[in-house]
Amino acid sequence: MHLHRYEKIWLSLGAGGLALFIVLLCVNAFAMGMAPPSNMEMIDPAKVTETPPFDNPGLKKLSDNEYDAYMTAFAFGFAPNKMEVPVGSKVNFHVTSPDVVHGFQIPGTNVNFMVMPGHINSASYTFDKPGEYLILCNEYCGAGHQVMATTIIVK
Amino acid sequence: MNHTTIGQAQVDRPTARLSLAYVWVAYAAFGLAALAGMLQGMVRGGLVELPSWTNYYQILTAHGVLMALIFTTYFIIGFLLSGVAKTTGGSLHGTARGLGWTGWVLMTVGTAMAVVTIVTNDASVLYTFYAPLKASPYFYIGAALLVVGSWFGGFAIFSSYRKWRRENRGKLSPLFVYMSVTTFVLWLIATVPVAVEVLFQLIPWSLGWTPSINVMLSRTLFWFFGHPLVYFWLMPAYIAWYVCVPRVIGGHVFSDSLARLAFISLLLFSMPVGFHHQLMEPGISAGWKMIHVILTLIVVVPSLMTAFSMFATFETTGRKKGGVGLFGWFKKLPWSDVRFFAPFVGMLFFIPAGAGGIINASNQMNAVVHNTIFVTGHFHITVGAAVALTFFGVSYWLIPVLTGRTLTRTANRMGMVQTVFWSVGMFLMSFAMHYLGLQGTPRRTDYTTYMDHPLALGWMDYQRVMAFGGGLLFVAAVLLILILGYLTFYAPKGKTEYPIAETEAEQHTPRILERWPVWVGVLLFLIVMAYGIPIADQLTHNPPGSPPIRTW
Repeated sequence: MHLHRYEKIWLSLGAGGLALFIVLLCVNAFAMGMAPPSNMEMIDPAKVTETPPFDNPGLKKLSDNEYDAYMTAFAFGFAPNKMEVPVGSKVNFHVTSPDVVHGFQIPGTNVNFMVMPGHINSASYTFDKPGEYLILCNEYCGAGHQVMATTIIVK
Repeated sequence: MNHTTIGQAQVDRPTARLSLAYVWVAYAAFGLAALAGMLQGMVRGGLVELPSWTNYYQILTAHGVLMALIFTTYFIIGFLLSGVAKTTGGSLHGTARGLGWTGWVLMTVGTAMAVVTIVTNDASVLYTFYAPLKASPYFYIGAALLVVGSWFGGFAIFSSYRKWRRENRGKLSPLFVYMSVTTFVLWLIATVPVAVEVLFQLIPWSLGWTPSINVMLSRTLFWFFGHPLVYFWLMPAYIAWYVCVPRVIGGHVFSDSLARLAFISLLLFSMPVGFHHQLMEPGISAGWKMIHVILTLIVVVPSLMTAFSMFATFETTGRKKGGVGLFGWFKKLPWSDVRFFAPFVGMLFFIPAGAGGIINASNQMNAVVHNTIFVTGHFHITVGAAVALTFFGVSYWLIPVLTGRTLTRTANRMGMVQTVFWSVGMFLMSFAMHYLGLQGTPRRTDYTTYMDHPLALGWMDYQRVMAFGGGLLFVAAVLLILILGYLTFYAPKGKTEYPIAETEAEQHTPRILERWPVWVGVLLFLIVMAYGIPIADQLTHNPPGSPPIRTW
């Protein structure tokens, strides 16, 4: 099969760039701990409200500047409804759904993941700037999807 | 049309009728979908409120189903059947036509069922129909008929191909036919998982025969199909780029073997990649996600091959027409011919679209854009611009070929105007969508300010830009349907060429490219490697299933 000389150059540059890019993605994911949210924990979606810690959603303080936030995403809201943490806190979000599939996104941060019935998904973020951060559902979940939001206050 | 012209005819009457039946259902769906799309833009821009008898998610479902599933599938089958007929002697034999019509009937019954359930608001589950949102069982049965019907379109192509090979032993198949067969090999394999999802999970569950559904498995099966679906849209556009556009500009196919190799690569790397749509999901390990990400990104190679081939053809042709200097050939291209101009603009859109695709498929960057309206912007410049503009450009000559009419100068000029409206509209809308997505604006969401949160209020100006772009797109859609109606019923009779380019000199194409058992074998190996363990895991380690839920 004949390959034009320019095409060889073009494809070599492309393939080389691609290989480098893939190596960077792997380094990011596995050496620097930036793999996408892939929590493997499971839960019975019919029993979310009676399964600890989701029976009592809210912030659990781990240390002065680290919290676990156990939350549920449901049609059409999040529990707990209000949360507040001091500036500089690292918050580990753990979220599940008792009904349909939802999304969990905090615009302006890299917190963005799917919430699925039967599964618990997680992501962490350190809030270095004060403000009222919007948390919204970004997966269509029904007639009230557009009102499904809450906030986390950082001060 | 007398018999002698049929002898050299591009496509004979019975085949033309079949092809036209597909193309016109495609454009009927397209028109309705464009109306729904325009309304969505207006709602999100805060310019209109929908009447109480409908809602945003209902018209969003209509837009997605009609545009992404109905318009594309019908157009593709109509276009490929006509091209296969043209390149295998001008007609489809009786068996192939019979298969083609069987497919059309099944698909149309399925489409009608899906549309009725959407209209009655019993299927506002969007075109991805993610469980445990439960639509009417008739919606799923309609979807199943659509898929099964489309297989018959593929069988018609395979049957013509078999006949051609029997009659031309030892010869290399025409490039158009080879590419059509590759496209339908992809489609037949890719639709198996979604057929399994619909037939064995969704239908029994929506009828109440099974109490709950394995949500994770249903999503995995959906995206096993969902990514090759986008290549199924793209490959017919590539066929037009590789085979038809070069002839329109008076040039040649740059390289037969590279064109075939690009198609085989698209086939192989379309399927073992679905997890890049599920990067942000629980229940799939980061390692498996990475394997799918790597296999996804390999598509960069056939894309670069295609880009090279296109511009090589353009430059060679432009230079033959007297273009000199580094870029002189560029001016020699037929810029005022809509059959070239529309697909060319589509190609331009595909450059940023490819870059956006790399962002979406990348593990970490996906966290920034996942389920934001960035993704919507991405597929509006891929399928909505690159593919759609190519299909429009094809329609401007295909419909005259099929009806024995001609593309008049005025119709051509109107087509140019239509292309400009569509392109500007799409550019504005998609640019705003990409920008908003980076700010975190979610996709698939009715008008909202999130209780007047300042961040969401800041998005509103760009949402108005989206609405304006959507308005231009709607104007372009109406114009397109008027032009195509004219070309079908009123344009002057005459002979229109079905543009099929050939290579300039005879080229040696490695025979292995046409040994289907080899490629299907490699593909099945890749699929088992990428999906075997994760799917086995989802079948055996799964949480209690979900009951059907209706939240609209």
